[in-house]
Amino acid sequence: MTFSKEQKRLLVAGVIIGAISFVLVLLGNPKNMGFCIACFVRDIAGGVGLHRAEAVQYVRPEVIGLLLGSFVVALWKKEFSPRGGSSPMLRFVIGFFVMIGALVFLGCPFRMIIRLAGGDLNALVALFGFSAGIWVGVLFLNRGFSLGRNFNLPSLEGIALPAINIVLLSIMVFIPTMLFFSVSGPGSQHAPLVASLAAGLIVGALSQRTRLCMIGGIRDAILFKDWTLLTGFVSIFVTILILNLATGSFHPGFADQPIAHTDGLWNFLGMSVVGFGCTLLGGCPLRQMILAGEGNTDSAITVVGLLMGGAFSHNFGLASSAAGPTVRGQVATIVALVVLVIIAVANTKQE
Amino acid sequence: MQETLETRNLKEIDARGLPCPQPVIMTKRVTDTGLKELVVLVNHRAALENVTRYAAHSGYAVESIETSPGEYRLVLTHE
Repeated sequence: MTFSKEQKRLLVAGVIIGAISFVLVLLGNPKNMGFCIACFVRDIAGGVGLHRAEAVQYVRPEVIGLLLGSFVVALWKKEFSPRGGSSPMLRFVIGFFVMIGALVFLGCPFRMIIRLAGGDLNALVALFGFSAGIWVGVLFLNRGFSLGRNFNLPSLEGIALPAINIVLLSIMVFIPTMLFFSVSGPGSQHAPLVASLAAGLIVGALSQRTRLCMIGGIRDAILFKDWTLLTGFVSIFVTILILNLATGSFHPGFADQPIAHTDGLWNFLGMSVVGFGCTLLGGCPLRQMILAGEGNTDSAITVVGLLMGGAFSHNFGLASSAAGPTVRGQVATIVALVVLVIIAVANTKQE
Repeated sequence: MQETLETRNLKEIDARGLPCPQPVIMTKRVTDTGLKELVVLVNHRAALENVTRYAAHSGYAVESIETSPGEYRLVLTHE
């Protein structure tokens, strides 16, 4: 088996990103949650007081680092390019529902891989749902689905979200009393600020260079039989799996997994929403962060949609817990699927 | 070389401003018809890399030039 240059880069980046995710848990992050874009953005929503779920309030420096890592590297490589105008409001709505789906499962695609590598077989059920969602999204893409073109925008448009993140980081460092901090629960478990920030910066930079995307791998494999992007996905999984096996942290099974529930149907459907929604968006939540750092304001709006989705998930009782999904969360998942189908149909033009 | 390619009346796919994987899908639609030569316009590095990779896998030689900062013109020729 031979690897292309791109695959080799993804392979190496995957090993580094996998190792960083593993180390973050050793340094204090919740189990099987070295990284989770959905959980961390939800925690940020709580940290700035957008929801009142006291167990999940913490401004995660990893997310700030991801965005700024991508921003800095994009500037350095002259790839920073403020663009937007491709159905921003629909992207907000899709981002909002993607977050709800992720919180019904309890993880973004990135954490799904991490959970799987920790032996959490609920994540395997979710992976099937995720793939099914991508497959449905690909059906629409093949029929001409598009949210429309983006256009060049003034620099300040692209700089806005990175600037907001710098402000948020400054508040975190200098006036933390403005923020909410969980005293118990997942939000209280975190690596030291500097380590989290550094991890985010490195993963953000690597993801920017390699175009790592958890959706892209499965999507391109279905669409073009192109396995390139899947290399990153697999590399992260194998790295964390090996580290878990080596340290006795691999616990295969469905029951008693950290920050997870065992309701297969809703794990499947929750991640179907994520797979379908992210295929319509053109990238997973991690990729949206990276693109937002590159100046893509459509992705920036998507990130805001994720943030609001996280806030509403907890305000309205939609997010699952270790006890399982809530009835409201189940209804919201069905609503999400219906909304995504409406958006997909309305934006598909048979050519 | 560039001038001869420019003057030839090639089918042009304008994939500027479209997120992945749409530039590749648009390219694939045309290459699936058996066309031996075409031009693809993109304005994102990821799109440039993805179209180039797809074209190479499908037996096309790719020549790309940066026409203006961040904008690329790819000429695909079936080998």
